[in-house]
Amino acid sequence: MLQMTQIKKVYRTELIETHALRELSLSVNEGEFIAVTGPSGSGKTTFLNIVGLLETFEHGTYMLDGKDVSRLNDDDRSAFRNQKIGFIFQSFNLIPDLNLFENIDVPLRYRGLPAGDRKQRIENALETVGLASRMRHIPAQLSGGQQQRVAIARALAGDPKVLLADEPTGNLDTTMAHQVMDLLEQIHAAGTTIVMVTHDPELANRAERNIHLIDGRVSGEEFVHSQDEIPQAVKLNGSEPLVAQL
Amino acid sequence: MFNYNIKLALKSMRRNPIMTALMVAAIAVGIGISMTTLTVHYMMSGNPIPEKSDTLFAITLDSWNPLRPFNDDRPERGPHQVTFHDAERLIALGKAKRQTAMFESSLIIEPVNEDELPFEAGARVTNADFFSMFNVPFIYGSSWDKSADSAAEPVVVLTRELNERFYGGEDSVGERLTMQGIQFQIVGVIDNWEPTPRFYDPINGGFQDINEMFIPFTLTRALELGSNGSDWGWKSEETTTFEQWLNSESVWVQYWIELDSGSVNDRDDYVTHLNAYVGEQKKLGRFERPLNNRIFNVMEWMEYHEVVANDAKVLLGLSFLFLLVCLLSTIALLLTKFIGKTNEISLRRALGASRKVIFNQQIAEVAVIGTTGGLIGLALAGLGLQGIEYLYDAPAGLVRLDWIMMFAAIGMAITSSVIAGIYPAWRVCQIPPAAQLKTQ
Ligand SMILES: Nc1ncnc2c1ncn2[C@@H]1O[C@H](COP(=O)(O)OP(=O)(O)OP(=O)(O)O)[C@@H](O)[C@H]1O
Ligand SMILES: [Mg+2]
Repeated sequence: MLQMTQIKKVYRTELIETHALRELSLSVNEGEFIAVTGPSGSGKTTFLNIVGLLETFEHGTYMLDGKDVSRLNDDDRSAFRNQKIGFIFQSFNLIPDLNLFENIDVPLRYRGLPAGDRKQRIENALETVGLASRMRHIPAQLSGGQQQRVAIARALAGDPKVLLADEPTGNLDTTMAHQVMDLLEQIHAAGTTIVMVTHDPELANRAERNIHLIDGRVSGEEFVHSQDEIPQAVKLNGSEPLVAQL
Repeated sequence: MFNYNIKLALKSMRRNPIMTALMVAAIAVGIGISMTTLTVHYMMSGNPIPEKSDTLFAITLDSWNPLRPFNDDRPERGPHQVTFHDAERLIALGKAKRQTAMFESSLIIEPVNEDELPFEAGARVTNADFFSMFNVPFIYGSSWDKSADSAAEPVVVLTRELNERFYGGEDSVGERLTMQGIQFQIVGVIDNWEPTPRFYDPINGGFQDINEMFIPFTLTRALELGSNGSDWGWKSEETTTFEQWLNSESVWVQYWIELDSGSVNDRDDYVTHLNAYVGEQKKLGRFERPLNNRIFNVMEWMEYHEVVANDAKVLLGLSFLFLLVCLLSTIALLLTKFIGKTNEISLRRALGASRKVIFNQQIAEVAVIGTTGGLIGLALAGLGLQGIEYLYDAPAGLVRLDWIMMFAAIGMAITSSVIAGIYPAWRVCQIPPAAQLKTQ
């Protein structure tokens, strides 16, 4: 699904050059669930941003979904992000004065989908995260866990090739964090590739493979459990809510 | 995408109502003021009779003092009115396709209905050709015949307003009005006619109301009609009797002609005719100054009399500078506002909006602000124009916004706000999509 070879990323300010990634190489298979761990400043977010085509890099190559995306221009990267990548951020990042429906609609609009198709996708995605009944609410009317589920719905509605999550549970208490993790596991079980950055070893353990970053390099990787051990797969586009009780 | 952009624009405007109000107000005030001055300018400098402005001419004959020019600052100019007797003789000579002499006077009208008092009305004393030359519209009847000119018949053409007053708007052709003890026969009633500027008489005011009625020039002698308009004289001569006054060198009659075309040939022909006439007069000891007879078409005549005062031009320039200042403050407000949008833009970029999409979204927002400001500005301009009418005591409706000006106002508001929005929108486009993740 994605292969990175010898990626380098240097941040330059007037005072200092920071080598955020040093010759990082990594490949992720289709359908894998990967957790990226590592100490603060080790380059996890930088790595995720590059995977998500949010940032460019100096050296190395990056193949995504069979295409070399190393040197795409800004417009092409925007289109790629829009069509192939779903983002889940630590702080949810919903637009406060748009209701849930409109928030999920944002990336779909940029894809230029017809209204009927968008509506269908939004409703399915909200159904999947168990918030179909709250469609017309604004984010402030929801709990943190619910907001993060809306963000997940937004990422899912676009049917991404890969879902990227940077500390998706970082702003949530333990119960809510577990619920969000359950949801991610189920999404993964339905076939979506997930790359998640986390501090929390317990959460990392729920992924299939852990990548440990130190100082901008992969310092180790560990297979946690195989695909067989994953709880029973649930169909994503089904009408049954996956997590009706969150 | 257009609808989506408009929807987002409205949301964004609501998010920050005070800032939005300030921007709308800045544009509204800028547009309101510049539209007010622009409309006044446009009305003043418009062509009041486009279909004929090239073939109608005012004439000047230099019958002035041999010792000094009529206008010391512009010695090349002769007096811009003619003497009564020159006008009389030129009319008699004919020569042009149409011609009319004219001046402003006033007559006392005896009551038509019982409970009325005698009433003094302004009159334009002129020739039958006046109406056809200046395309004056009639509701009832028509101009008087040329025979009425030559026979000095007491006939009168009323304005719609005067006809309303005396006859309740009914067809009054054939009715009689008594003025100065003489019975005038009404031959026509003209419809509303407000050439702006009042090109045929800028000397007595380019923006005055038209006179309330029209009577034949040839009645001047019989009725001893004096002029209410401007007159100039240079010669000390005895003018105790009316006949002496009519034969004096005072200039108080305006003289217009219509030629077949505005071609150089036709113009030259007519000036040659004037020169020949003046040549004859020179033999009689008049016109002692060098030969200087000229004709001016409508727009040249407007220019000659500076119908659009220089102050109006300066004011127009100032008001556009003011609009510029309003736009600069709009730019400042937009920049401030966009800082508050960094998170949202960064998120939208991450979710797949290209720079162009973001740019268009910002431009849509300023266009909506501009349109709102433009509409309010139009209302302000309407008020401003009413204020100007009131201040200058102009006839009601003289300066009003027509469709062209309304579209111009909205167009100007949108264009200028979009121009103001370009730099801030470009700045917004530069927000990187990743800022979102990094700051967390
Ligand atoms: N925009 C930037 N400009 C300069 N330096 C940066 C920038 N972004 C990141 N860095 C530096 O690059 C290195 C890697 O940062 P990154 O955010 O990827 O770390 P991280 O592993 O996500 O850390 P954390 O666990 O705290 O989120 C850090 O030293 C950081 O200071
Ligand atoms: Mg990080």
